[in-house]
Amino acid sequence: MSPTTTRPFVAYFTREQDVLAATSALRKAGLGIRDVYTPYAVHGLEAAMGLRRSRLSQVCFFAGLTGLTTMLFFAWWTSAVSWPLNVGGKPFASIPAFVPVTFEFTVLSAALVTVSALFAVARLWPGKSAVALPGVTNDRFAIVLESLPDDSRARALCLEHGAVETGWLEPQPRPGKLAALPGVKA
Amino acid sequence: MSASSLSPLRAPLVDPPRSMAQITEEIAAPLERRPGPGFLVLFALSSSALLLGLVCVAYEIATGIGTWGLNRTIGWAFDITNFVFWVGIGHAGTLISAILFLFRQKWRTSINRSAEAMTLFAVICAAMFPLIHMGRPWLAMWMFPYPNSRGPLWVNFRSPLLWDVFAISTYFTCSAVFWYLGLIPDLATLRDRARPGTTRRKIFGLMAFGWTGSTRIWNHYEMVYLLLAGLCTPLVLSVHTIVSMDFATSVIPGWHATIFPPYFVAGAVFSGFAMVLTLMIVARKVLHFEHLITTRHLENMCKVIIVTGGIVGLAYATEFFTAWYSGNPYERFTFINRALGPYAWAYWTMVSCNVLVPQAFWVKRIRTSPWAIFGLSLLINVGMWFERFVIVVTSLHRDFLPSSWSMYRPTFVEVGILIGSFGLFLTLFLVFCRLLPMISIGEVKGVLAYAQTRPSSTHRIEGAA
Repeated sequence: MSPTTTRPFVAYFTREQDVLAATSALRKAGLGIRDVYTPYAVHGLEAAMGLRRSRLSQVCFFAGLTGLTTMLFFAWWTSAVSWPLNVGGKPFASIPAFVPVTFEFTVLSAALVTVSALFAVARLWPGKSAVALPGVTNDRFAIVLESLPDDSRARALCLEHGAVETGWLEPQPRPGKLAALPGVKA
Repeated sequence: MSASSLSPLRAPLVDPPRSMAQITEEIAAPLERRPGPGFLVLFALSSSALLLGLVCVAYEIATGIGTWGLNRTIGWAFDITNFVFWVGIGHAGTLISAILFLFRQKWRTSINRSAEAMTLFAVICAAMFPLIHMGRPWLAMWMFPYPNSRGPLWVNFRSPLLWDVFAISTYFTCSAVFWYLGLIPDLATLRDRARPGTTRRKIFGLMAFGWTGSTRIWNHYEMVYLLLAGLCTPLVLSVHTIVSMDFATSVIPGWHATIFPPYFVAGAVFSGFAMVLTLMIVARKVLHFEHLITTRHLENMCKVIIVTGGIVGLAYATEFFTAWYSGNPYERFTFINRALGPYAWAYWTMVSCNVLVPQAFWVKRIRTSPWAIFGLSLLINVGMWFERFVIVVTSLHRDFLPSSWSMYRPTFVEVGILIGSFGLFLTLFLVFCRLLPMISIGEVKGVLAYAQTRPSSTHRIEGAA
């Protein structure tokens, strides 16, 4: 089994600092990193991969803003327009009294929309069939590179930074599915 | 968290140290073995309590609110006491999961999952009480503003009771989403541990949303987690603030106080931490999680109890001062009646449990001894239940007109429903311990290196050459 065809190269690590160093080194060497799979959120890895800061915070802000205006309008419309009722002589448009409900609805819309946006951006959904690389949800880290005709340089770099196993992924049968070939022990 | 940012001066969070694979093994173990006799006994007891509660609720709904000990003077008693008590219990979970996260308190990682679960279960218990107090709970949807054929008749957005509907439902939804989001990486871990083709793998696979541990996704995930923590922090403060406004916006002496919102929030966190300690001390012992939920975790929670207990004690004193200083004879009478009237026993139970008991935690020997903490936290739970009882009942039972003064005594139906709510809470918690990882596997792995001078020392290095 020789890497004649272009297949994504994969290297496994067991230590956080190794995977961080290897990712930086691979990126510096100009090798395209498809993704790094980790059992927990390794801080600094997104910087090592050169990922942009997630912009879901903007989604959150605008969702909250929409929720705020919607509920403020709705509370005013029901209380002062649709059916104005005199409650204890208070004004129909008693805005300060609408604040608690408006606040709650702002939080609710921001939270639900942000999480939905995360699932949409990350293409996660209930029952999605995904095969994680062996061990990456337990105690291993894996770097997957873009398909390379020759992976000798990538392998050398990974081994130098403490990779415990290297190998290739089968070309993806279906998008989103990764199947690992038997790895080659370092 | 990179290894270089660690201070060797800090105590490790997982003590003694563990490898990542060991953490997975240990936290997943209770889900993969048959329940022991201890669990079965506890489950039998809690589900029996739940059954008693169900029978009492069924009897109450079939017969009417007259089965409760309420009268024309005391229209709110056990139900609202229990409601406020359970909402308060929930607050510790959100404080641990959201507020401690924003403050970068890494020790929260091994207790946040179960504390958040307690939040959800406590809010379920709480929500039950207003529902059954309606008498016709099948019309509960009238609480929500939806287009209807009655006008449309809208809800009253000026009423604190409606604010409560929105606060509690938002709180439950956001807590559930936050909790589930945290669970997804762990569900993927459990999916990958299960043998291919098994039902277990299919179920966890369905629940794990196709999580693969990709850093591109972690990048968004971490942002969303932070945003949710930021949203849940003001949310949790608003919830008990609004609950307190159910009372504070009325003109009843003893309720009509501007101090209520902070007083209620501090009390909620206080009682919530007591409940977290009560359950956690048992759970860590039974499930052998002493190295994950260490004495240090218990100690930190005891310190939170000292602080919030102090705020609660200060609020009790302030209420008395304000009653005297206001010069309002009705206000003065209510507070003298609280401390010296027919319900004085309840008042002094509350003061001794909530103000005196937590002072024991100043002693290091006590706050590092699990069984001492267990006993004291039970007393705090009792005290905080009585706090709500005192606020609700003693403010009502001797109102402006002495001819309508009255006494309140719960009936067996109300006591049964209270026991049932504890049964519901414990049953849900026990089921949770069996079905889902009680400790966040992923987050604990992230803090394994915390304060270890050689973070790599426990990791097995395969074939490093």
